[in-house]
Amino acid sequence: MSGAAGTAYAVSTAARGGGCLRENDWICGEYVRSRGPELAGATVEHVWITVASVALALLLAFPLALAARRWRRAGGPILGLTTVLYTVPSLAMYALLLPLFGVSAAVVVTGLLLYSLTVLVRNILAGLESVPEEAREAARGMGYGPYRLLFEVELPLALPALMAGLRIATVSAVSLTTVGAIVGFGGLGDLIYEGMDSYFKAEVLTASVICVLLAVLADVLLLSLQRALTPWTRGKGRGGIRGGRRRPARGGGAPEAGPATAPAPEPPAAAGEPAPGGAAQPVGKEA
Amino acid sequence: MGFFVAAWAWLTSGKHWSGGGGVLHRLSEHLYLTGVCLLIACAVALPVALWLGHIGRGGALAVNISNVGRAVPTFAVLVLLTLSPLGSHGDWPTIVALVLFALPPLLTNAYVGMRECDRDVVEAARGMGMSGWQLLRRVELPLAFPLIMTGVRSAAVQLVATATLAALPGGGGLGRVITAGFNTYNTPQVVAGAVLVAVLALLVEGVLVVAGRLLDPMRGRRTGRAGRPGRTGPASPGVGGEASGEKAAPARAAV
Repeated sequence: MSGAAGTAYAVSTAARGGGCLRENDWICGEYVRSRGPELAGATVEHVWITVASVALALLLAFPLALAARRWRRAGGPILGLTTVLYTVPSLAMYALLLPLFGVSAAVVVTGLLLYSLTVLVRNILAGLESVPEEAREAARGMGYGPYRLLFEVELPLALPALMAGLRIATVSAVSLTTVGAIVGFGGLGDLIYEGMDSYFKAEVLTASVICVLLAVLADVLLLSLQRALTPWTRGKGRGGIRGGRRRPARGGGAPEAGPATAPAPEPPAAAGEPAPGGAAQPVGKEA
Repeated sequence: MGFFVAAWAWLTSGKHWSGGGGVLHRLSEHLYLTGVCLLIACAVALPVALWLGHIGRGGALAVNISNVGRAVPTFAVLVLLTLSPLGSHGDWPTIVALVLFALPPLLTNAYVGMRECDRDVVEAARGMGMSGWQLLRRVELPLAFPLIMTGVRSAAVQLVATATLAALPGGGGLGRVITAGFNTYNTPQVVAGAVLVAVLALLVEGVLVVAGRLLDPMRGRRTGRAGRPGRTGPASPGVGGEASGEKAAPARAAV
């Protein structure tokens, strides 16, 4: 009895499913069921291309940002070059990299790496520059050498800016990977391209939706990582960036320490950097 | 390097520039699409953003719309619109997609520009008895001008890039030079098309930077923080990325 009902149900869903494939509907469960492995494969490719490019960009961005900070003269060209690279449209970027790597995933990974590099170098640099001088002085006074100062004081304080850049770079990379379909390494973009050529609506919509979900998932994961890594920015009700870099500068966190760390020369300095303040407001709302 | 020499040869050959699918034809398509969509996007986004910034509401919208714009793949939207009923209406899927992706940088930058006007100046203007309209036109707009122009510039570069992608589902523009090269395994043509697109994007960016400086109603009179276009703050996924200048991350998503 139940077996017969089950069979009837299976037959009817198959008929309906086949129907939505035949009708070329936008939403088609049968497509997801019958092409599950293909979708999974494309998603995996999408994820590894994104992760590889952003991870490599992060590795490269650190030395570049440190170099740009250490040697002011190098800073201009590094920032200028990354800006120029960022302006090049992705299709042109992949096309320009094609002769260097041939038709391979390296074209897409390198292209995405270059875009991520722009965001990361700038944000790491801005993060390092936002470290209050008092924190550096205090660390030096406590006998911190340059490396310990960098890794134990400056980097943690620059972390909110770094993570913000990482989120932007990752979300952009997830979205731009799709264009890699032009060389056949676009992850879900390959399915979109295929569906475009064969006018297969369900394939295009399903791949697009998974792609957006991946971007949102990556953003949420990185946001929680940021919260976990910078516990001092929480519970203040203020934006992560400003709260994050003021707090550790204060000694015991006594209420009067706030004004004390902002002596007369401070207000103009704070006023001179409107962006973090401006950014802090909406970010705080978001948090 | 051989490919780049071959690409140069392709570019300098006159026969590739003229005719139906020639570079000049594709370039005019590209500029037409970019120009029309920039006008539509400005007409839609700027009044809304300026008004929201003036009354100080809708900050969450202005912030989140740029996040959404970053997360949604341009290529996917172009293909989805081409497959939709809109697809049978010539250039319309491309135009709609282009306008959609030009809106976030315009909205966010104009909104942030309005909100970041020096509050003291705004209060002083109010105290002098300016009406809301006068305040908007004579105080807030001039102060917000650099950021509004940053938004226009970002949107224009975004449009150039998106119009390139429009070639994938069969739209016009310089992207067609690249896709045609891919289809015929003609790597020199692919590289040549890419060079053309990259140069166009950089030119548009450069021209609008200069235009923004020349048109600035407060040219030469900006001091200190009031509307200083170059900012040093980090980009945040919230809004910093849009309200950015020299050091902060680029004011738009890459396309």
